[in-house]
Amino acid sequence: MDSIHFNPARCNLCGDCIDKCPFDALSMAETGIEVNDSCRVCGACVRSCSQKAISVEKKTGTVDKSQWKDFLIYVEQERGDIHPVAYELIGVARKMAPKVRYKVNCVIVGSEGTVENAKKLLNYGVDQVYVYEHPCFQGFKADCYTDAVSDCIAHIKPSSVLIGATSLGRSMAPRLATRYRTGLTADCTTLDIQENTDMIQIRPAFGGNIMAQIMISQSRPQFATVRYRVMDRAKKVENPSGKITVCEINDHMISSGIKVISSAVMEKKKAIEDAGIIVAIGRGVRNEEGVGLCQNLADALGATLAFTRPMVEQGIGNQLYQIGLSGHTVRPKLIITCGVSGAIQFTSCMNGAETIVAINSDPNAQIFNVANYCIVDDLYEVVPKLTALIQNKKED
Amino acid sequence: MKIIVCMKQVPATSQVEIDPETGAMKRLSSNTRTNPYDLFALETALQIREKLGGTVTVLTMGPSQAEIMMKDTYTMGADDAVILSDKKFAGSDVLATSYTLAQGIRVLKGADLILCGRQTTDGDTAQVGPAIAEHMGIPHCAWVSEILDVTKDAITVRQNLEAVTQVSEMHYPCLITVDKDMCVPRLPSYILKKKTADRPVKYLTFDDLPDQNLSRYGLTGSPTSVARMFAPPAKDSQVYLQGNAEEKANQLFQTLLSKKII
Repeated sequence: MDSIHFNPARCNLCGDCIDKCPFDALSMAETGIEVNDSCRVCGACVRSCSQKAISVEKKTGTVDKSQWKDFLIYVEQERGDIHPVAYELIGVARKMAPKVRYKVNCVIVGSEGTVENAKKLLNYGVDQVYVYEHPCFQGFKADCYTDAVSDCIAHIKPSSVLIGATSLGRSMAPRLATRYRTGLTADCTTLDIQENTDMIQIRPAFGGNIMAQIMISQSRPQFATVRYRVMDRAKKVENPSGKITVCEINDHMISSGIKVISSAVMEKKKAIEDAGIIVAIGRGVRNEEGVGLCQNLADALGATLAFTRPMVEQGIGNQLYQIGLSGHTVRPKLIITCGVSGAIQFTSCMNGAETIVAINSDPNAQIFNVANYCIVDDLYEVVPKLTALIQNKKED
Repeated sequence: MKIIVCMKQVPATSQVEIDPETGAMKRLSSNTRTNPYDLFALETALQIREKLGGTVTVLTMGPSQAEIMMKDTYTMGADDAVILSDKKFAGSDVLATSYTLAQGIRVLKGADLILCGRQTTDGDTAQVGPAIAEHMGIPHCAWVSEILDVTKDAITVRQNLEAVTQVSEMHYPCLITVDKDMCVPRLPSYILKKKTADRPVKYLTFDDLPDQNLSRYGLTGSPTSVARMFAPPAKDSQVYLQGNAEEKANQLFQTLLSKKII
């Protein structure tokens, strides 16, 4: 929508902008600075120009934003229940809603039991839940689901549509955004909204070592997907006042080019590289009892149990689950090391983890050099207490 | 069987260096490579061609540097390679990119099966494949981990939908995006390299496309815009938890709760 504009009267051809451009998009041509295909309108050149010769040209809006209002959240069902990312989307929408006096509505699509699931959403303070229930929505068919949600969007004209960045969400969202010829921002990690109803969407770019703020300022609805466990879950409300609207299903919605032949619960053993949470044990775990304690912690966390090299050599762990230069490199969200000393061969293969917790009774253990949370204590004491806290939380 | 594989040339590294003092981005490396996920799509296409016959055409949008990648696809066995290249396509986001590719596919008179990699390593959105299917009004299956059956009329695939795997069947024309590690992409063949040395890579520009409405392409056709870029928040600093074992366990538990890890 926007583009970079050079004012030749001001430009003194100093070339600073060419150096500052992270995308190699500027070059010195005979007639002045030229912008090529790689430009992403990031604005680095605008800020670098001492002559104020560069500006971002914004195209004037073509959409009447007042025609589109409120949030619409796509609620996914997984194996007959609501995917918990939906509650987090409701949470972030309810945080933004008061700033623009918007309602928070939901749309849910599925086979039998969908209306029942829809009722659960009202407890979280949503205003309207639009339900598309039909036996044909058994199994995920991208075309049918897109048609149903698209029908809802056409009727209620939401300003923003939030979708969980699950496999299903990421398969459907691009079809919806394309159908409405509008923008979609994938994997937002922060969402906010301006008074003019434009969402401020922040997402990691280039492998996550830089963040980008994305705007969809000229079209509606604004589509965003958000990964599970990124936003705060909505709190339940005292007196739910929302309503359920069961929507009419037409033939178009249920005719599909996709035939679902079967579906099965995935029981694939997680490779250690794919594990989101890892409990790693080292020589400080002295006996079978200790391994059992750490296994219990791993189970409570839904984590994968991993081992240092000595543990594998002693036959306690399998090489498939060994972290280190002679094993595997991991980048989980969380790794809890128990009784691991932290040799460089180990730490160099796990220090990319988002959060590192180290439990070791030796205050001088090298593992504490890389850990974010350091617990200098006996793992035989700490681990069972931590396990109990996590188990109790789950039973709540 | 007519197969089109959409591929992309991406920066060789996804790591952008950031000046720690100013927070400004340093220049992206200009080294490029083929998006690794797309190689699985190409290999899958070649295997289907080996089984059923037909042609495999590789399609990309990008600058003329993409010719290197396209030549490489010849050495793996692609029959044709087409680059959509025009200054008018510059600055395209997902909507404009998928539209341009869909227009390119129309120029190529469509396909029975269109394959894409699951995502690219630079954009990471995994959106272009399903968006192409929508522009063309054909069904798609994303996250395909296995081709279970492929015939002259239909394809049966296994899709990974996180907690469940689903077996789906589609008749042509349709589109699939394939997961990594579903096959082993073949190495370039020296014989094919010699054989295809003179085979040209075709170019399509804006003027070749059926829709001549400029507002659908490039920056003007892109509803999303990057307002700013900045360094991510610093990593957690180091904390030594204090107290007895129970207090330490509790503090850690509260921390994990607030970080939404549990």
